[in-house]
Amino acid sequence: MEALLNILSELHPDMDFETAQNLIDDQILDSFDIVTLVAEIDSEYDVAIPAEELIPENFNSAQAIWALIEKLMDE
Amino acid sequence: MLTNVMQYLEQTLPRVPDKTAFANEECALTFRQVSDQARSIASHLHREGFYKKPVVVFMKKHPKTIVAFFGTIYAGCYYVPLDEEMPRHRIELIFQTLQPGAIICDDTTREMIHGFNYSGKTYLYDDICTAPVDEAALAAIRDRQIDTDPIYIVFTSGSTGVPKGVMACHRSVIDYIEHLSEVLRFNEDTVFGNQTPLYFDACLKEVYPTLKYGATTYIIPKQLFMFPIKLVEFLNRYRINTVCWVVSALTMISSFRTFEKIKPEYLHTIAFASEVFPIKQFNLWRAALPNARFINLYGPTEVTGICCYYEVDREFSLEESLPVGKPFRNTDIILLDENNKEPAPGEQGEICVRGTCLTLGYYRNPEKTAEAFVQNPLNDLYPELIYRTGDLGKYNERGELVFLSRKDFQIKHMGHRIELGEIEVIVNMHPQVHSACCLFDNEKKKIILFYAGDAAPGEMTAYIKEKLPRYMVPNVVRRLDTMPLTPNGKIDRNLLKTQYENKEN
Repeated sequence: MEALLNILSELHPDMDFETAQNLIDDQILDSFDIVTLVAEIDSEYDVAIPAEELIPENFNSAQAIWALIEKLMDE
Repeated sequence: MLTNVMQYLEQTLPRVPDKTAFANEECALTFRQVSDQARSIASHLHREGFYKKPVVVFMKKHPKTIVAFFGTIYAGCYYVPLDEEMPRHRIELIFQTLQPGAIICDDTTREMIHGFNYSGKTYLYDDICTAPVDEAALAAIRDRQIDTDPIYIVFTSGSTGVPKGVMACHRSVIDYIEHLSEVLRFNEDTVFGNQTPLYFDACLKEVYPTLKYGATTYIIPKQLFMFPIKLVEFLNRYRINTVCWVVSALTMISSFRTFEKIKPEYLHTIAFASEVFPIKQFNLWRAALPNARFINLYGPTEVTGICCYYEVDREFSLEESLPVGKPFRNTDIILLDENNKEPAPGEQGEICVRGTCLTLGYYRNPEKTAEAFVQNPLNDLYPELIYRTGDLGKYNERGELVFLSRKDFQIKHMGHRIELGEIEVIVNMHPQVHSACCLFDNEKKKIILFYAGDAAPGEMTAYIKEKLPRYMVPNVVRRLDTMPLTPNGKIDRNLLKTQYENKEN
């Protein structure tokens, strides 16, 4: 989770990702961020996020992204 | 011969009055509605006394935004589309150049205008789109109009910190639309899926061919470009068969292996521009849609849109890049070396464009216009303007034009053209910054900002977001105690680049 928060705050140093809840709906993350995020998650956690998991619900908060990573690591 | 872009609409209207012209998920406007509303808006602008003046269209991305453009043209004015998400600071900079007297807005942007330093008129689209049509006035405006009269200004990044307004006329747009349509083979059955913003010239590719052929354009919600499966589902739902997108929108689909789950079922023409298409991603597209046509487009805003094309006709290996190809008919490309001579065959030179496609230049900026729109140095016999793109290119052994690099610090990021100098100017304006330098990581497509000063990186990002559009906000921000300088006292960009690369790896 720590590394994920680092990746996120590198993208937007002005945001508090521990509390932010509507990253997609509030347009905090854009398509560039999603592409970067997926690449960095892959290199950090060695999980490839498949296209079907790229849905707004999985990216609205750091917790949701983390839950997705954990799920994919278990598979 | 066409002399006004609205003749495209007038010729199409009797044929398909009730067909959908422009639509999004909630709203579909037929050609009749487009024509009626545009002529109402024009009549209203005329009654308010606007003629040959800029009219700002400040609306969210919507079919009505496009109709507001047409209304402005019918009034004999020129439209200036602005991004509703653009920070106030930048809009005010643009207004200083533009000094607009009229803004057309919608419910979402109306309130924002109160925050601007603006004293002109504001019109709500829905209030003026049913205004009584003054046919006599519109006919009189048309009678006096010539095809070199301007129709729009789009603002692009300027290295001095002030955006530059590129102004195009009927004739350059008609020249562009005719030749683009010929190459891409648009027709009445064309169904466009629009991705590019309406506040740049990129959307001309859909807007005017839709009028010319009686085709249909669906505006795709921006959010879908984060979620590839939903995006392809959208393409299939609306039977979209033609896209003219920036490369990053296409690679977003292919890089997530979306095609293993779902494929665009109707897509047969895929045109792309603004960036180099990574061959690995391109080959995924080609494998997914083996029967589709893929066309690489190239051209700067200053020559109205696109001036060169290459239709992919062979396999490309990973280390190759797609050529820019050859110019449209009625456009000529010349390469010029540092001495303003044509380089030897196969050698590089600056790509310069000759033709009717040249725009009128930069609005209220004769100096910048004179730097870029110049007398053809190969011709000292009569006046002939060329546009110097600042792009370096060469011809490959097949005789195809190939893009090599930029002469300056202009970059392409997520399909947007950005002057790194403009970001540096903004950062340098921060009271706690002594020095700033921006680099571009071409591999990872990231804008890197280095600055020396006391401001924390988070504070710096928040500050930049207030001043610059989202796509210009640096992706990596690094604070330094002191800026490294070369022996000549210039910022040592190479050292910064090395530092950044060492940290990344």
